[in-house]
Amino acid sequence: MAEPMKIRATLQGDTADVRVLMLHPMETGQRRDGKGEIVPLHYIQSVLVTHNGKAVLDAQWSQAVSRNPFLGIRVKGARVGDKISVTWVDNKGDKRTDEATVAAAS
Amino acid sequence: MNKVRRSLFKLTGSVIAIAAAGAAGMLRPLLGWAAPWNKAGFESKALADALKSLGAANAPESRDIAITAPDIAENGAVVPIAVTSRIPGTQQISIVAEKNPFPLAATFDVAGGGEGYVSTRIKMGQTSDVWAVVKADGRFFTAKKEVKITVGGCG
Repeated sequence: MAEPMKIRATLQGDTADVRVLMLHPMETGQRRDGKGEIVPLHYIQSVLVTHNGKAVLDAQWSQAVSRNPFLGIRVKGARVGDKISVTWVDNKGDKRTDEATVAAAS
Repeated sequence: MNKVRRSLFKLTGSVIAIAAAGAAGMLRPLLGWAAPWNKAGFESKALADALKSLGAANAPESRDIAITAPDIAENGAVVPIAVTSRIPGTQQISIVAEKNPFPLAATFDVAGGGEGYVSTRIKMGQTSDVWAVVKADGRFFTAKKEVKITVGGCG
């Protein structure tokens, strides 16, 4: 089971600044392990971000995205208490969904 | 007898309602509301092929696209890249590292309240131009910025 994501959504005016940190090896399929064997490709292919259930971002990724991927986006028309949900699916079919609530800027 | 028939009707009705909801997409998996994963693009090994797969071959440069990336990245495994598009009607932003083994790194489709801004971190094998390809109202625009890499991050 994949590790939970860290999601922070902070309201700046009418826009939510959303930052997501996912925990994933993002193997390129080019790296060799200690025994000299190639570590197989293992990476997140799709990411979906929704705002109160409505899709705001649908991303397609390659293995070139760094290990433990970071994603930052801005969502217009957000309010404090709105739900931001993030789902990723990797090339092995593993998936994970986490949710956060938009908070006021401190 | 009649009562049984009535309830049978009701049951059939709810089954149909569920089937209709399924057909309308309410029961389909959450992902996949936009285009399918761009296999050809992510497997292409040259910049031109990657741009072509996006539909952005020969797209003009635009000054309304800003790429925020370091001039020199010490560690190619973690290169922060942010793209801001001020082009009205921005629908899609792609990040392409020209000299990577597979140049196309990521494509972001924005919708609803999603703004023309994405920030992420990518791996880069060597010093190269990083391209931002933006689709706005069905037309494509590009911008590029060179990022010098001290230690490559693909191995």
